[in-house]
Amino acid sequence: MPDRTIANRSMIEISRVTRSYGSFKALDETSLTIREGEFFSLLGPSGCGKTTLLRMIAGFDTPTSGSISIDGQPMDGVPANRRPTNMVFQSYAIFPHLNVEQNVCYGLKRLRLDAAEEKRRVEEALAQVSLTGLGKRGALELSGGQRQRVALARALVMRPKVLLLDEPLSALDKKLREQMQVELRRLQQAVGITFVLVTHDQYEALAMSDRIAVMFGGRIAQVASPKEIYQRPVNCQVADFLGGMNFVKAEIVEENGASMTLDTPGFGRVRTDKPAAFVRNGRAATLGIRPERLRVLWDDATDAHEVAGKVVDRHYFGEITHLVIEIPGFEKPLSVTETNNFGADDIPVGASIRLAYDPDALVALAD
Amino acid sequence: MRMLRHIRPNWLKSYAFFYVLFLYLPVIFLPIFSFNTAATPRFPLSGVTLKWYGDLARTPALIDAAWNSLLVGVSASILATLFGICAARAITRYRFPARRSINGLLMAPLVLPEIIVAVSMLLVMLQLGLSLSLITVVFGHVLICIPYSLSVLTSGFEGFDRSLEEASADLGESAFGTFRRVTLPMVSPAIISSLLVSFTISLDEFIMAFFLTGTDATLPVYIWGQLRFAAKLPGVLALGTLLLAASIILLTIAEIVRRRAARRTQNMGGVLA
Repeated sequence: MPDRTIANRSMIEISRVTRSYGSFKALDETSLTIREGEFFSLLGPSGCGKTTLLRMIAGFDTPTSGSISIDGQPMDGVPANRRPTNMVFQSYAIFPHLNVEQNVCYGLKRLRLDAAEEKRRVEEALAQVSLTGLGKRGALELSGGQRQRVALARALVMRPKVLLLDEPLSALDKKLREQMQVELRRLQQAVGITFVLVTHDQYEALAMSDRIAVMFGGRIAQVASPKEIYQRPVNCQVADFLGGMNFVKAEIVEENGASMTLDTPGFGRVRTDKPAAFVRNGRAATLGIRPERLRVLWDDATDAHEVAGKVVDRHYFGEITHLVIEIPGFEKPLSVTETNNFGADDIPVGASIRLAYDPDALVALAD
Repeated sequence: MRMLRHIRPNWLKSYAFFYVLFLYLPVIFLPIFSFNTAATPRFPLSGVTLKWYGDLARTPALIDAAWNSLLVGVSASILATLFGICAARAITRYRFPARRSINGLLMAPLVLPEIIVAVSMLLVMLQLGLSLSLITVVFGHVLICIPYSLSVLTSGFEGFDRSLEEASADLGESAFGTFRRVTLPMVSPAIISSLLVSFTISLDEFIMAFFLTGTDATLPVYIWGQLRFAAKLPGVLALGTLLLAASIILLTIAEIVRRRAARRTQNMGGVLA
């Protein structure tokens, strides 16, 4: 899905934007380009500045310095009601004194369309979010999922250039959340509008986005496609936030241009790409490998790249088992996730075990 | 323990019964004697009549007093609600130093000895060189009504989700349009409720009106004047009954409006986990 072509035209230009509250910098000299038609996610823990950035794009907050432009138009001094953006709020902010239809056409009323056109657009928006026929339902009679759909329809009906979504799925239960992830993605591809999603849920970002910006402490750590963010995180913080990661202490043997050779007691000499943010600090470096990129070697099977160790802990998760394996020479044990198709859930704690790994899955990480 | 469990429900029931009886017995006597044919309030009743109610309509001084009360009540409730809206909005929306103490100061007239406040008001009015009239009574009543108005409005404004106003702006609406289409419909039940409660308080208020009025009497002041004549008592009882009924009806409407508004904001708040 993410392979769909996106116009290489920028829709939102954020240049050197800072937002300070007293001495605290919620956002620090942040620059970012979001392309037209892209599903873009701002991912990070709470307090990382992602919501502040979204609210500044919407016009609810003003940068202390720096500027934001949307579709080539500078947004300095442009209030929220004159911006080509619409927002789906975390609380949905459905007007409780209006019914579904009145909520959806709230913004249309100002455009003074003729009655037939207005009705057509409301119907179209309700159909887009699968709420056809619920137009007369009161706001208080809606379930959480339905409120979310009304909030979406109310924003989409305005045909914004950019749709902003502030943690839109966080109030829903797991099943509904997963269903809405698929629907939101499908909807974005159908309407072709640029979506900017704020989330703290890495799986949500990975599943829906064309590109993700991972943010920590008011700064953007990495901007890349979900696959690249997951497989080639630039530093330990990003690697750790995007799911499980084994960190292994390594020693720098050689460093030239874009690549480097590292040495570890278990994995031997490994040649990897050098991350852009890498700052050499003596000879020490960190190598990372995702738990699912390690594979249990059964019986007499061998592999060109293997490490041996002992199972010290085991956690059962239904379709997978999580093994914790101590490797001689490693400071911390390795985590391995293995599907249960071959009986990984039966490996006893204390068993000696061999693991195969793909050297390409080993990534050098900046601190 | 077992004995206690046996005894407690009965004890509690009788306690509750006497409690309510103590609260409302005097109030029940008022309408009962107002229908009595005899001029003295004594059991057994000598007969049932609507005579006293009929007489009320034929007393010009009473009509004047009722008119005065209406004027004072409407003015005081509108003014108190206006001040209340400003204060409640500030208290619920903004975080500023001494917010809680300021709220406490505004609520204080509720518990201050009213006669002291009334005397102080009288001194202030005279110092300012204002001649006593219905206008000075309105000032006094605004002071008394603000705490009631403020508490009704604060509870009405508290459940108001700020992102509703942001959503309105986001959908292209101007600041004034947002106020008209979102803020006002959301808070109007609290405002109506505040107007009704303030009007009722003003309608029944005696001490302030007694000290601060000139020659124009409000209904409670008129009643006080009539109590000197034993023969006028049944008329007072009839008038009192009417005032009582009006108060109960107004306060009931105010409470219904307030609850409906509260239910609306609470339901929407439930989504926010």
